[in-house]
Amino acid sequence: MTASDVIFYMFSTTVILAGLFTVISRNPVHSVLWLILAFLSSAGLFVMLGAEFVAMLLVIVYVGAVAVLFLFVVMMLDVDFAELKAGMAQYLPLALLIGIVILMQLGMAFGVWQFSEGATDRIAAAAPAASEVHNTKALGLLIYDDYILLFQLAGLILLVAMIGAIVLTLRHRTHVKRQDILRQMYRDPAKALELKDVKPGQGL
Amino acid sequence: MTSADISILLPEIFLAVYAMGALLLAVYTGKDALASKIVWATVAAFVVASFWVAQNGEGTNVAFGGMIIDDAFARFAKVTILLSGAAVLAMSESYMSKRGLLRFEYPILVTLASVGMMVMVSAGDLMALYMGLELQSLALYVVASLRRDSARSTEAGLKYFVLGALSSGLLLYGASLTYGYAGTTLFSGIVDAAGHGELSLGLLFGLVFLITGLAFKVSAVPFHMWTPDVYEGSPTAVTAFFATAPKVAAMGLFARVMFDAFGGVIGDWGQIVALLSVLSMFLGGIAAIGQRNIKRLMAYSSIAHMGFALMGLAAGTIGGVQAMLIYMAIYVTMNIGTFAFILSMERDGEPVTDIGSLNMLSRKEPGKAFAMLVLLFSLAGVPPLVGFFGKFYVLTAAVDAGLAWLAVAGVIASVIGAFYYLRIVFYMYFGEDRDGIDGQMAPAAWVCLMGSAAIMVLGVINLFGVDGFALAAAETLVN
Amino acid sequence: METIILFAPLVGSIICGFGWKFIGEYAAQWVATGLLFLAAFLSWIVFLGFDGTTQQIEILRWVESGSLSTEWAIRLDRLTAIMLIVVTTVSSLVHLYSFGYMAHDENYREGEVYRPRFFAYLSFFTFAMLMLVTSDNLVQMFFGWEGVGVASYLLIGFYYRKPSANAAAIKAFVVNRVGDFGFALGIFALFFMVDSIRFDDVFQAAPELAERELSFLWTSWNAAELIAFLLFVGAMGKSAQLLLHTWLPDAMEGPTPVSALIHAATMVTAGVFLVCRMSPLMEFAPNATAFITVLGATTAFFAATVGLVQNDIKRVIAYSTCSQLGYMFVAAGVGVYSAAMFHLFTHAFFKAMLFLGAGSVIHGMHHEQDMRNYGALRHKMPYTFWAMMIGTLAITGVGIPLTHIGFAGFLSKDAIIESAWGAQSVSGNYAFWLLVIAACFTSFYSWRLMFLTFYGERRGDKHTHEHAHESPMVMVAPLGVLALGAIFAGMIWFKPFFGDHEDVNKFYGVPVHAEADAAHGESDSHAEAAATEAHGTETASDDATETGHEAAADTHGVAADGWTIGSGAIYTSPDNHVMDAAHDAPKWVKVSPFIAMLIGFLMAFQFYIRRPDLPGKLAENQQLLYQFLLNKWYFDEIYDFVFVRPARWLGGFLWRRGDGAVIDGTINWVAMGLIPFLTRLAGRAQSGYLFHYAFAMVLGIAILITWMSIGGGAH
Repeated sequence: MTASDVIFYMFSTTVILAGLFTVISRNPVHSVLWLILAFLSSAGLFVMLGAEFVAMLLVIVYVGAVAVLFLFVVMMLDVDFAELKAGMAQYLPLALLIGIVILMQLGMAFGVWQFSEGATDRIAAAAPAASEVHNTKALGLLIYDDYILLFQLAGLILLVAMIGAIVLTLRHRTHVKRQDILRQMYRDPAKALELKDVKPGQGL
Repeated sequence: MTSADISILLPEIFLAVYAMGALLLAVYTGKDALASKIVWATVAAFVVASFWVAQNGEGTNVAFGGMIIDDAFARFAKVTILLSGAAVLAMSESYMSKRGLLRFEYPILVTLASVGMMVMVSAGDLMALYMGLELQSLALYVVASLRRDSARSTEAGLKYFVLGALSSGLLLYGASLTYGYAGTTLFSGIVDAAGHGELSLGLLFGLVFLITGLAFKVSAVPFHMWTPDVYEGSPTAVTAFFATAPKVAAMGLFARVMFDAFGGVIGDWGQIVALLSVLSMFLGGIAAIGQRNIKRLMAYSSIAHMGFALMGLAAGTIGGVQAMLIYMAIYVTMNIGTFAFILSMERDGEPVTDIGSLNMLSRKEPGKAFAMLVLLFSLAGVPPLVGFFGKFYVLTAAVDAGLAWLAVAGVIASVIGAFYYLRIVFYMYFGEDRDGIDGQMAPAAWVCLMGSAAIMVLGVINLFGVDGFALAAAETLVN
Repeated sequence: METIILFAPLVGSIICGFGWKFIGEYAAQWVATGLLFLAAFLSWIVFLGFDGTTQQIEILRWVESGSLSTEWAIRLDRLTAIMLIVVTTVSSLVHLYSFGYMAHDENYREGEVYRPRFFAYLSFFTFAMLMLVTSDNLVQMFFGWEGVGVASYLLIGFYYRKPSANAAAIKAFVVNRVGDFGFALGIFALFFMVDSIRFDDVFQAAPELAERELSFLWTSWNAAELIAFLLFVGAMGKSAQLLLHTWLPDAMEGPTPVSALIHAATMVTAGVFLVCRMSPLMEFAPNATAFITVLGATTAFFAATVGLVQNDIKRVIAYSTCSQLGYMFVAAGVGVYSAAMFHLFTHAFFKAMLFLGAGSVIHGMHHEQDMRNYGALRHKMPYTFWAMMIGTLAITGVGIPLTHIGFAGFLSKDAIIESAWGAQSVSGNYAFWLLVIAACFTSFYSWRLMFLTFYGERRGDKHTHEHAHESPMVMVAPLGVLALGAIFAGMIWFKPFFGDHEDVNKFYGVPVHAEADAAHGESDSHAEAAATEAHGTETASDDATETGHEAAADTHGVAADGWTIGSGAIYTSPDNHVMDAAHDAPKWVKVSPFIAMLIGFLMAFQFYIRRPDLPGKLAENQQLLYQFLLNKWYFDEIYDFVFVRPARWLGGFLWRRGDGAVIDGTINWVAMGLIPFLTRLAGRAQSGYLFHYAFAMVLGIAILITWMSIGGGAH
């Protein structure tokens, strides 16, 4: 068992455990933190595969942006997770049973797993070996050349997501007071104010 | 990436570019004031694109290294999708604007969803499949909750989203199992790896998970649970869209994956599809009986109809695929007409969905009531209307493929299903005279209703030649 | 021309039945009647000009299904030609007669239009009957067979306000179903064995059928015997032979013209026609024909005995019809088909006339039908009286013995009785004696009818008698025409029907030596024809030098290429010498029916003219016998007990338990119980909770993968 094997098993065990705790921990903030741990461990696995670029992306995008956003949302929303979990307990036995059944089935499938003829070669042939090309170059070739269509489609999906977010949340409220800096700046006190000399005992 | 590749995908690119252009235009100018014009422009764009698709292609073309397949099957499905999308958009314009729901994003989202559907039906690769599917689904999640101030609409969108995400996860799981076994995501590679006869257990599970994800999209039992809630909660115009184009796309994709990627092991998926088919037919028929809300009723109706379409697929033959395509084309036509009517159901300016409100419609609106009668009879599969021929093709295909039990079950289910269609007819012609609906129909909706009813009657002559196109499409898919 | 004959009644029926509103009631009736007279006229032309060669006139292709191929064609041969004139002549006269008879009917209210309907039914019946007799295959024949059944049903129940008429119509229909079932089975069996139902094919296959076996019910039978028997069951129903005769007397509930046309002259003879038509098959079924002989003779005897004591004038004639049909079957059964057709032909005239005469009496007596209320009517209605007299003379068989001079019935009936004797078999002898006795009874009840009606004193309602009147000319004229037939038909056509062999063969188009195809002169066909001829002149040519004789004997009548079985209208096997034997019958045989007739006449004279009190006394003395006869041998009662009641019980049981409880119950349970239950279940499953939905999906997956991994056959 080489050192890399040890590191691999360490990372993968961490990923699985972190995933499990993400689901079962009582405190939602803890869940997000467990999720971050899972991301980090996955990044480690990517590094071991020689995909440093993807690993760094995972750390920066998922851990740095997505997970932190999650954290904000979880902390800002007042959701009683404990209550939801209580409901879960009610269905736990049945869910567990089905989960175990599916797990056993999948276990069977992986237990007798076999690749089709030449599958491993095909998988390897999809991208150049990590040692030959730079990560970024290899990714660039794949994304912008072989899979340009998928890349563009993904772009369309993100566009839809953006439109959707706006459609569902943006409200044009009327009678809302907004700060208009220019108007503020060009406003002339002389025009805005008028001094009146009001004599005592008299109204305007 | 060559210009040849792009030329094959030009109609999709045209629609995507149109969507982005319209978005920019609307955002920087009149915003929602332009919405109505954009709807009509989109209708025009759909019609143009559908003619483009129909005229442009010839034979089978492969683009982007096999990820996109443009063949007669894809063209048939694309034309159906685009035309039904155009019809639904046209008839929903007045409904949406009357309810203050007509926002310029709506036609744009529908356009993008249609692009996704077009990619779905010409997908030649698991990844392209997934991209098309997600593009379509995401747009649909958004339009489902378009009426964001209504709790039901929001709930519908959210339910659809969550369950859709689950189904996407299952689909992806299946895709990764398949990839893991075959070492490629291309359908052509998978069909070679899967070979003929015995399947490896891993690939079999991959197949099951893929079917699950696809069954969710066609709302086949037991993956149908979202359908009634989403149909009911969404704005009616959106429901009409859900019931038509995406169903065609999902069925097309279903057939595409089954035959292109698993064409060598028809026996394995055939029995799963047959099971889904029989469950859908029966549940759709039985559950609809309890519904008084016409939108929920149409949801169950579409579940039952998908069961019939799946029966054609389960046959696993050219005749079966042909029957499935014919069935889908007929189903879409009937639903357009029916929803055109449902869109006009209102009382004192408020939309109503209770079927009791149709009491004695025949007295007030004999023309509309008769058109509905034709459509409902056709939906129920009463000869000699076109709907009967759809069922007839499917049943024949099933019998020819040795699935006589399935055909018998289908006949029984259609008898059960006939009840709730006929009950609406009963209300319209023999019901009590109570407060009915009083809405006026928009011209476009009226044209859709009458046109679709007329097709149900006139189509019996030769189905407008659809069977020939469907046969050509089926032959390219099944070999 | 044949096509015009066939379709003229149909056209008349349609115009009359559907068009009377446009052209008026009388015009409609005249159209129907006129077209029938046209058909009758053309029929006579066809009959007189017909040379005996079988022709087939195809009208259209009809049924094409697998190996079943059927044209709708007219088969014109002598049998058809005879039936054509019988049907169209009687029918046209009955149409004319109905103008008078149906003019005022008490069964219909003032202003109700019923006459066009009646005429339309009559014309439709005629069309169906012509379909039957012109058919070229069994399916077409069956079509006509059922067509006349329908027409008969409609006409018997024409007075639909009378419950008894409705009951009689249903009875006729149901009893005929029994016979038709046998007929249909016979057709099926033929198609099964021969793979064709065209007459030509069937006739050619007949010798072969006699060699083959056919399993039916519990054992296997000789195919020819079985088929012949089954076809005869059909004939029994239609021709009211014993066991299936019960409907005929009740059918008298219909208007009298109907009785004359359908239940005397035409439809009821369809059974005889069928047996004659199938003569090539019958010839190969000796047991079946023996059965036909015995049953026919028994019917003749039975009906005659019942006829002795009936009081309703129409019922007497009805039983008389039944009896005469028995005569015809005897002739057909012993193999002298031409004699059967002869009697059918003459019987049509005199029996139609008797019925029409009875109708005239009934009409004149204001729909009184009981003979006990008649009497001394000969002065009131002289024409009717003379017509009835001629009819009676004809039916009883008056003529000069040992010559060929006499009324029609004399010649044809004697021919049958001689044929029965000539058969020289057990069944033939049985038939001979029964027929002679029946002839005596026939004479008795016929004269009884005459005496009770036209002689003696007036009985019954005085008022009715005072208003009794002669019928109008439209009713009397047909009687006159029929009277001509009743007198002369026998004498004119005796030779072709029952003369010597050559005449008969020529008449029926059975090829004889001279007509055999010259090209095959040396072949078997030549020999066959020669053999037939030879048998006609001498009993058997034992040591025949011509090879043809042997060939004919060996092949047992199987024809080679020259002519085939069935190319003539009737076929008699070379071994069939009954007709010749009949001609050679001793004198006492030839005279016996005449003597029987005389005895009957004298007894009637004694009973009803000289000692009118005798019948009552005899009835009292022989109470048991009288009741037995009056109640028609208790057939109706036995049938009621054996068939009707169990059937009713079974029907009631199936209705209440089977239909009501099981079928309706199941459907109601499914529709009102199960489906709503499932609907509620499905509604409950649709809880609206997201996690329920997701759970359903996961459950679905779990089931699918478990199913696939266990049952999917993967590894």
